[in-house]
Amino acid sequence: MVARIVLQQADIARALTRISHEILESNQGPADLVVLGIPTRGVVLADRIARVLDEIEPGSGSVGTLDITMYRDDLARQPTRTPVPTRIPAGGIDDKVVVLVDDVLYSGRTIRAALDALSDLGRPRAVRLAVLVDRGHRALPIRADFVGKNLPSSTAERINVRLTEIDGDEAVTIDDAGRLESTVSNGGGGSR
Amino acid sequence: MRHLLSTRDLRRDEAIQILDLAEDMAQVAGREVPKLPALRGKTIVNLFYEDSTRTRISFEAAAKRLSADVINFSAKGSSVTKGESLKDTAQTLGAMGADAVVIRHGASGAAHVLAASDWIDAGVVNAGDGTHEHPTQALLDAYTIRQRVSGTGARGAGLDGVRVVIVGDVLHSRVARSNVWLLSTLGARVHIVAPVTLLPVELDNWPVTVGHSLDEAIDESPDVVMMLRIQAERMDDSFFPHPREYAREWGLDDARAARLGGDTIVMHPGPMNRGLEISARAADSVKSTVLEQVANGVSVRMAVLYLLVTAPGSDRGVSAGSTRGTGGEQR
Repeated sequence: MVARIVLQQADIARALTRISHEILESNQGPADLVVLGIPTRGVVLADRIARVLDEIEPGSGSVGTLDITMYRDDLARQPTRTPVPTRIPAGGIDDKVVVLVDDVLYSGRTIRAALDALSDLGRPRAVRLAVLVDRGHRALPIRADFVGKNLPSSTAERINVRLTEIDGDEAVTIDDAGRLESTVSNGGGGSR
Repeated sequence: MRHLLSTRDLRRDEAIQILDLAEDMAQVAGREVPKLPALRGKTIVNLFYEDSTRTRISFEAAAKRLSADVINFSAKGSSVTKGESLKDTAQTLGAMGADAVVIRHGASGAAHVLAASDWIDAGVVNAGDGTHEHPTQALLDAYTIRQRVSGTGARGAGLDGVRVVIVGDVLHSRVARSNVWLLSTLGARVHIVAPVTLLPVELDNWPVTVGHSLDEAIDESPDVVMMLRIQAERMDDSFFPHPREYAREWGLDDARAARLGGDTIVMHPGPMNRGLEISARAADSVKSTVLEQVANGVSVRMAVLYLLVTAPGSDRGVSAGSTRGTGGEQR
């Protein structure tokens, strides 16, 4: 199994800086922005994006965590998942522009769950999606507004995002993992 | 977690996982829509052979907040009065597709029998079996204590060093048994105070110290005083001479309540016999956590039902539910 590095630490930092600028550009400024990370790695990325936003436009980095465990459609098929606490910034999300942040966009089911979770918390004016990697193979009509890197991949391949805060080192790699094919196609099995 | 039958075989990390999850569930209660879709399409049966208000309603509220369908069954007014056995009732419920069964039964061990049998392929929660155990009550008590002791930083914490006094009818109390095991597992020091006639014989194996004077126990300024209900329905009046004598020796009256330290909390699993084991003023004071316990009960039971129904190996979810599941996804 050969792991090929697709993005290195500096690439990831540049991608997040660009995404932050794009967020501010499309929102025409920092007003009403709330950045919500989806656990686990989305939380780290959301924190970094919020930090960059704050550097560009001080006072714009309102950040939180959105746990989606209870909203998944595959709860009974997977090992029991323990949720991470949801943290919403003090201002709430009503009439705000929420930017969801995740590491990899694949089938779109995670984002579907996140949209359901959001609607139980309030009514944002708009919801945007920022991802570090878009690897294709969508099973739902969902797309990202801000993408770090488009990475066309086969379902047999495995994309790994490693971040310093969680994994100790930092890189996006792609494995041609024939052996892992069964695991991966379980995850995307519903796409057919 | 496949079943929750007793707290005696619950590991510390499992117990803390349940309490932490209950914190998440409690957050939901404060939201605009206090409901989670986690158990949508699942059926939970409340199988109650004994009377109960708060436990049954608490389980029902917990299941509904997780979007499960709830079927309530009480022995009164059912075929049980015609002589139907537990086995036949369980198989009937199994045939209706129950994913979890919450059972309260007058016989100690009834939940174990149901879980060990092949009558029904559902997770079993013991909601009180005879004088044996009542694990979710102990979990909500531990949750309540942890909140008062550790406050908002409670996540991941145990109850290390917390001193708990359990007072009253230990002999008949499944709440006491479940609490003794769970609180000790979590690191609390448990002291039991009761008349000799209301202590069980197997006490030697319990991780507790035992006394007979409530006044002495209060002098030690404990963190928690847990009063147990005098269970009139399990008594034949020979355990103590007169209720008034019991109240004077082992009841938490106004004078004793006034001697408790400022941070000491008073717990009672309910329903209370006001004036017998606890005075009305003590029950309604700020030290009392009786209503907190009820509110926390829903969060804790949500956590338990979630863990049970989504447990790996709960194959009924995959085999029986897979066709439903894929159908739902394609929509």
